[in-house]
Amino acid sequence: MGRYVIRRLLQVIPVLLGATLLIFFVVFALPGDPIASLSGDKRTPPHIAAELTARYHLDDPFLVQYGHYLAGLLRGDFGETFSGVRVSEIVAGRFQISLNLALTALVMEAVIGVGLGFYAALRRGRAQDTLVLAATLLLISVPTLVTGFVLQLLLGVELRRSTGIDFFPISGAFDGWRSYLLPGFVLAGTSIAYLTRLTRTTLAEVLRADYVRTAVAKGLPRRRIVGRHALRNALVPVVTYLGADLGTLMGSAVITETIFNLPGLGQELFRSIYERQQPVVVGIVTLLVLVYVLANLVVDLLYAVLDPRIRYE
Amino acid sequence: MSSAAPAKGAPPNTRRARHARSSRPPGRGARTARPAGLWRDAWHDLRRRPLFAVSAVLIAVILVMAAAPGLFTSVDPYDAAGCVLGEARGGPSAAHWFGTDNQGCDTYARTVYGARNSVLVGLSTTVLTALAGGLLGLVAGFRGGWLDAVLSRVTEVFFAIPSVLGALLILSVFRTGTVWTVTLALAVLAWPMTFRIMRASVITARGQDYVVAARGLGASAGRLMFRHILPNAIAPLIVVSTINLGVFIAAEAGLSFLGLGVQSPDITWGLMIADARARFHEAAGPLLFPAGLLSVTVLAFIMLGDAVRDALDPKLR
Amino acid sequence: MTGITGGTPSVLPAWEGGAAPRREPLLAVEDLHVEFATRQGVVQAVNGVDYALEAGQTLAVLGESGSGKSVTAQAIMGILDTPPARVTRGRILFRGTDLLGLSEENRARVRGRRIAMIFQDALSALNPVFTVGWQIGEMFRVHQGASRREAERRAVELMDRVRIPGAARRLHDYPHQFSGGMRQRIMIAMAVALEPELLIADEPTTALDVTVQAQIMELLAEIQRESGMGMILITHDLGVVADAADRIAVMYGGRIVEHALVHDAYRAPAHPYTRGLLDSIPRVDRKGRELHAITGQPPNLLDLPPGCSFAPRCPYRQGDCAVEAPPLHRIGPTRGSACHYWREVLDGSHG
Repeated sequence: MGRYVIRRLLQVIPVLLGATLLIFFVVFALPGDPIASLSGDKRTPPHIAAELTARYHLDDPFLVQYGHYLAGLLRGDFGETFSGVRVSEIVAGRFQISLNLALTALVMEAVIGVGLGFYAALRRGRAQDTLVLAATLLLISVPTLVTGFVLQLLLGVELRRSTGIDFFPISGAFDGWRSYLLPGFVLAGTSIAYLTRLTRTTLAEVLRADYVRTAVAKGLPRRRIVGRHALRNALVPVVTYLGADLGTLMGSAVITETIFNLPGLGQELFRSIYERQQPVVVGIVTLLVLVYVLANLVVDLLYAVLDPRIRYE
Repeated sequence: MSSAAPAKGAPPNTRRARHARSSRPPGRGARTARPAGLWRDAWHDLRRRPLFAVSAVLIAVILVMAAAPGLFTSVDPYDAAGCVLGEARGGPSAAHWFGTDNQGCDTYARTVYGARNSVLVGLSTTVLTALAGGLLGLVAGFRGGWLDAVLSRVTEVFFAIPSVLGALLILSVFRTGTVWTVTLALAVLAWPMTFRIMRASVITARGQDYVVAARGLGASAGRLMFRHILPNAIAPLIVVSTINLGVFIAAEAGLSFLGLGVQSPDITWGLMIADARARFHEAAGPLLFPAGLLSVTVLAFIMLGDAVRDALDPKLR
Repeated sequence: MTGITGGTPSVLPAWEGGAAPRREPLLAVEDLHVEFATRQGVVQAVNGVDYALEAGQTLAVLGESGSGKSVTAQAIMGILDTPPARVTRGRILFRGTDLLGLSEENRARVRGRRIAMIFQDALSALNPVFTVGWQIGEMFRVHQGASRREAERRAVELMDRVRIPGAARRLHDYPHQFSGGMRQRIMIAMAVALEPELLIADEPTTALDVTVQAQIMELLAEIQRESGMGMILITHDLGVVADAADRIAVMYGGRIVEHALVHDAYRAPAHPYTRGLLDSIPRVDRKGRELHAITGQPPNLLDLPPGCSFAPRCPYRQGDCAVEAPPLHRIGPTRGSACHYWREVLDGSHG
């Protein structure tokens, strides 16, 4: 187990280095002089420009700049914007919103996806199974862009108009956890469908496994066979998928955030790209890469807990 | 165990029959008989699937719409003269089937003309990723060693970058967004997926007896890769590429919606949705019609992918 | 020659031929038919099987894969996947009660407690994510409501009984941490936990090394001696049968083609298929004899021929074999053969 953890930790390092380098490279290639754009239409005074250039190592070669950035990251320092605001300050509140959104989506995904997958697997080949499969096909196919607006109109606007109650607030993050219900579902849509399919196939496969037949031969009640023997095995890939999905959900929330006016990381990144705030852009993407990598790390460790065959490798 | 009994009863006859058929052209013909049989079986199976028929018809219509939008509407939406501001946000009528948008332009004509850019991005990105990821995956899976190790690490790095944000970042490097910059941005982020699928499937095929046999007979590396391994390893790539085509079309709409994809005055579904957004709660039509066609298009490709997968992989049924 | 075919009196259900005078057998399978619905059509896996077993006895069921031997066992156990499988006819009498007539609830009460089963591949038959102690103890916890501690204690006892070294230490190990032979011992421990009256062993040694095979068979025999349970030993390995079983039932094409006391069958088989099987393995008592493989292919269960299903491969075949399916002819008090020409086979004279 110890060796497994260490090996897995070591594998994280090149991925982090590579991803940050790649991001840095793309951002570095962004056209335009960031300092010139600071003062809008006016020219930045030369002495200020010189000072900024020195502070951000803008004259250094690309790799040296990257080195400075990495050194900062290791100290937990995400750097400053060109106007002197700490990136970590800008990002912190945004991160919270994105995390809330992603976690809401993850919970919905887990509950609906696993539930539907279970339901379908136990009724494999029957009408309900086909119906669930058709629903997943629809969920996978209809883009977030479309589900977002359609659900906003139906469940947000029309429902409020007809009942007078605002079940699903549809704009901003002002209504506490309820603000995240509808956007969370929209964000989770595709994942729900994939998880449903994954749960269904995995469970159906597990139910055909020899050890389930053994459990039947042991004379166990059906509830115990499905709920203990099959479930425990089927959960391994399902939990793996769920864990890895947290990073993906956070990273793919831009469109949902835009539709529902949630000021999360995606929106901030979007704004920073327009305003050429390279330090913020790099900071946000690095943060999301970190979340993705850490989520996957946790999943792999969880995997070892769930499947003893890995643990003792 | 219980299913093993019936399975054993059936095959002998069919297996013998197939051997008889394939052994007629001796030598090389016999060796290629396996993939050919697989494809023929898959095609036979595919034709009888309702999912396939529905998606094929839909895709045909969408492709024609992309190639010759003039067949569907006499209105040219690129001609601003057709838009009457006074008729903005009109509901569906005889003159404007889908109503009019915020500028008073005909939503139906714009929706029809929007198909081209979406299909272009979808097709070109799919071809690009299938070629790049597929070839790299083929070589990496076949050679193994350091090349495989390096390429695999590189794909891990790409997987760690959130794809929508990554695409936004790449697009921001270009001053204006076009079909081709969107294609490039999507392909740069999507090739690792095709790479991984191809690599895994090549590694499986590489160990098969007929490949080992061909290698033993002294077949060259190129011949082994393209004649023996590729035909047997390409099925998963085809399935994923078909599904990806739909995914790319959705991604293009998303990027254009966010404003970094294809730019106005070009017409795309994503842009139409972005334009209609401001007045969406008063006039849903200009947003829902392109959104609907977008969904149907994505659905068609994903359905096709599902059907092809089921036909190629009978185990999953 | 026609006289051999005989009238009905010479045809008997297998279970009537027991050595002991009539009493209620532990298990009696009567005229069992099982079908599978597949994409290609209906597979007739079991076509009228009869056999019986007394307590303390071992019946070896012999046959190649697809002969229906495992399907019959699964039908007795009630673990057939239905659908696709379907029992279309017959009875399975367990101490006089027809198991097929029981409700699923009552059936589950028999399963595991009174009839237990062990499988060929213990690695896949044991749940990979639970410790072996938990899996054995589950029998006591579910069926007898034992506490966790009590279940563990009895699991250790059982593991000791099946001679797993350091049982207490290995209680919390997972199946993949054991060797193949040890895993099969765990399967056995689990199966005999509640002291069942009948144990079905489905190819229990096929996946094991030869030396380990003998140990496992010895263990099974020992447990049987101590507990007096009946055992159905399903195998395709004639070597296993000779020492372990009292009686033998040979299956082909979903039917019993010969049943006999083991040494009778070994000394002089009364069905050409049994003879073929015996001729195809090396035997100490037949040193110097040539080995013969049975030519041809097993029957297509989707489309069984009208006559004797072994006829296409049979060296004793005559014209009527392809037309008329032979009934199970009574040969002696303990013996039957489903061959029109069993006399010729018995005499060893080729027709």
